Amino acid sequence: MNAPQTLAQKLIAKAAGLSHVNVGDVVTCEVDLAMFHDSSGPRRLKPMLDELGAKLWDPNKVVLVLDHYVPAIDPDAQRIVQITRDTARTWALPNVIDSEGICHVVLPERGHLKPGMFCVGGDSHSPTGGAFGAYMFGIGATEMLGVVVTGKIWVQVPRTLRMQWNGKLQQGVSAKDMMLHMIGKFGMNGGQYQAIEFSGPAVMALSMQERMTLSNMSAELGAQAGLIAADEVTLQYLQQVGVSDTLLKDATRWQSDEGAACEAYFFDANALSPQVAAPHSPANTQAVGAFHNTAIDMAYIGACTGAKLEDLRAAAQVLKGHKVSAGVQLMVAPASARDQAQAEAEGVMQVLRDAGAQVLPNTCGACAGYGATFAENTTVISSTARNFKGRMGPASVQVYLASPWTVAASALRGHISDVREML
Amino acid sequence: MAQLTFDQAKVWRFGADIDTDVLAPGAYMKHNIDVIAQHCLESVRPEFASHVNPGDVLVAGPNFGIGSSREQAAGALVHLGVRAVIAPSFSGLFFRNAFNLGLLLLTCEQALLLQEGDAVRFDGQNLYRTEGDVLPCAGIPDFLMDMVQAGGLLNLLKQQTATR
Repeated sequence: MNAPQTLAQKLIAKAAGLSHVNVGDVVTCEVDLAMFHDSSGPRRLKPMLDELGAKLWDPNKVVLVLDHYVPAIDPDAQRIVQITRDTARTWALPNVIDSEGICHVVLPERGHLKPGMFCVGGDSHSPTGGAFGAYMFGIGATEMLGVVVTGKIWVQVPRTLRMQWNGKLQQGVSAKDMMLHMIGKFGMNGGQYQAIEFSGPAVMALSMQERMTLSNMSAELGAQAGLIAADEVTLQYLQQVGVSDTLLKDATRWQSDEGAACEAYFFDANALSPQVAAPHSPANTQAVGAFHNTAIDMAYIGACTGAKLEDLRAAAQVLKGHKVSAGVQLMVAPASARDQAQAEAEGVMQVLRDAGAQVLPNTCGACAGYGATFAENTTVISSTARNFKGRMGPASVQVYLASPWTVAASALRGHISDVREML
Repeated sequence: MAQLTFDQAKVWRFGADIDTDVLAPGAYMKHNIDVIAQHCLESVRPEFASHVNPGDVLVAGPNFGIGSSREQAAGALVHLGVRAVIAPSFSGLFFRNAFNLGLLLLTCEQALLLQEGDAVRFDGQNLYRTEGDVLPCAGIPDFLMDMVQAGGLLNLLKQQTATR
């Protein structure tokens, strides 16, 4: 009889064609889906693939997303976007999502992720897929070359760090606050490239998009994957995006066994305040009160981790009927075109515009720092994932990370504020 | 074929938490590796890219390479001829990228005993300071050492294609 297995072990064992795996084993896995984008994808992969004289192992298992260099603002970006589109045609890729949103958001939105899958992404925030009970992690372009040539990749079976959240979040406190709190506690490499599994009533009470925010920022915890076992909430989301019931019939069997060995950490959601990470690390986190009266010039709601439909709704709930503080610029880059259309239909986008928001395209935008970024000496509060020095603009830019609730509240007052005072 | 050992390698010393955006700044990511490499580490040591010599090694504090999946962070160091990076811990994603590009990473708890300008030797298992004292390194699986020896995964795949 085998020892009880964690969800991570089960997902890896399945992909490796084994009945079970042990922590520390190095195994070769079959990849069910490979995602890459305009920066990590064709412009890097095609020359290497051509040099090898090799072909894609299975174009049906590839999803290409244009989100980093669109809209192309200069000749270099235009060149990269052109190579990406030309290559998509040459390779006859059936799944290309062009300028319609950020990869980690559009991938599940189009029904590409399902519990039980083993996936890789050419982007560090690929652990987002873990919210759907899929083992998904980020890799670089050369390793992606290996995947698209062979359909396989090695992994070392990770330990599981179980983050158990009990209780219930207060109004105005969200998944981003949970995550910033954990990153502050464990540090940016605290995940030690192991698997995290989020669990407990406060996690299972979250919507899919909120769960995606947890899994997404497992990257900032330095974990390889950030898993959440599928439940009714997962199934409902997947049915809504058109995944057929046949494909979902055994989805909820992907759970950690009772008694599977893991390191468990416990958190009380009731006691969690809104969290803010000061420049220049997501690990510089403290409760919002520590930053009271920190004046801001810019409030930015964007990125895969901070501008999904739920994030836009949260910001609108705070901003409804108000204008942002004089001297503060509010920018909103909805994470996908579909989320923006739904927010438009619900009146959420109008609330944001009425409050003074400038609406930007559905791309990675300033979060990636590849195109337009912030000006010298700007102090920004941002719902994005990373506030490294020099990432979102010159080294003089000060970026504070927070939830969309806190970003909106701070935009209203002109300084970092506790949203709970306004709800 | 890259050598798996080195001797008399000159140390460049950095602090903790050197991230991918410092190694390969976003503003230059649209360019090829030769341009990115010119800006490698410039926000912490502006003279690095122009003064580093092929065969030099980096010594850094914990969490080297945290952040993005952009392999240009490792690629820039390879382009500049950096022989190895020595640190107490690395980002897991950066670790994979480095070996895939043929860059040797040595996980060494006592890395910070090494000082700027020291000359170090690596015998395939452990590090030695010029004075002779040993700095033990974590073992590296053979398949990753093969990757370094081949000069990266692309070269390894080429060899495999050629022998098929």
